Amino acid sequence: MPSMKIFDIAGSAMAAQSVRLNTVASNLANAGNVTGDPQAVYKPVEPVFSSQVLNATQPGLAGVRVERIEQGQAEPLKRYEPGNPLADPQGYVYAPDIDPVAQMVNMISAARAYQADVEMLNTGKELALATLNLGR
Amino acid sequence: MSDSNPVTGGSLFGVHGAALSLRQQRLEVLASNIANADTPHYKARDVDFHAALQRAMGESPPGTPAQTQPGHQGGITEVGPDGLVYRLPLQPSLDGNTVDAEFEKAAFARAALEYRASLSFVDGRVRKLMTAITGS
Repeated sequence: MPSMKIFDIAGSAMAAQSVRLNTVASNLANAGNVTGDPQAVYKPVEPVFSSQVLNATQPGLAGVRVERIEQGQAEPLKRYEPGNPLADPQGYVYAPDIDPVAQMVNMISAARAYQADVEMLNTGKELALATLNLGR
Repeated sequence: MSDSNPVTGGSLFGVHGAALSLRQQRLEVLASNIANADTPHYKARDVDFHAALQRAMGESPPGTPAQTQPGHQGGITEVGPDGLVYRLPLQPSLDGNTVDAEFEKAAFARAALEYRASLSFVDGRVRKLMTAITGS
């Protein structure tokens, strides 16, 4: 069958990029979460990609897989807000150290990569259909 | 591809059958590159099309030592056994990735057109044969 590996490759890349988009969404959604316990602060997550060879006989053809999801180890931001009901006895609240601008950049990069994968998939599909109609 | 045919006086598809299969493999390799545009340590690869086509047609690619005696060792080609070469990076990134997404997208679009071209050559051969069979 022609071009069928393109579907596997593009599909795995789209899955990986959508995991990346999901982690960005999670980070942005929790950027404003404050808590009175520095241990319980939300930790930003980020996926680590690795290439996955589809078939050992063809090392040139590799899809993408999410190897693991890393948790950020940055120190939480400490703010003095004695009026906050979540504040600890000393009057401090703790917020995750998330840079919204960096997250947005990451989001745009993931979205563009996803678009490229969709285009690749469409091209592969068109070529496969044209090949199936050979001689008609 | 090597079916001897009384109508065409030789192989039915000629070079185009092998070219079509190689162009499909090249599309898959380029798809791997685009899919792995964000994977750390991924090295972009490409098919050395000329050498691969010569090998598919049973000729030795340039740079291959000739086997003039039965005892001679097989030649060492410039490309790997799977016919792939590593792309020279224009702007290598810090994470060890050598994929230039724009370059790969352009190469993919071009390879898709070349696939269509080979496909139409094969299609023409099929139609010619059909005309000869049906006589109309």
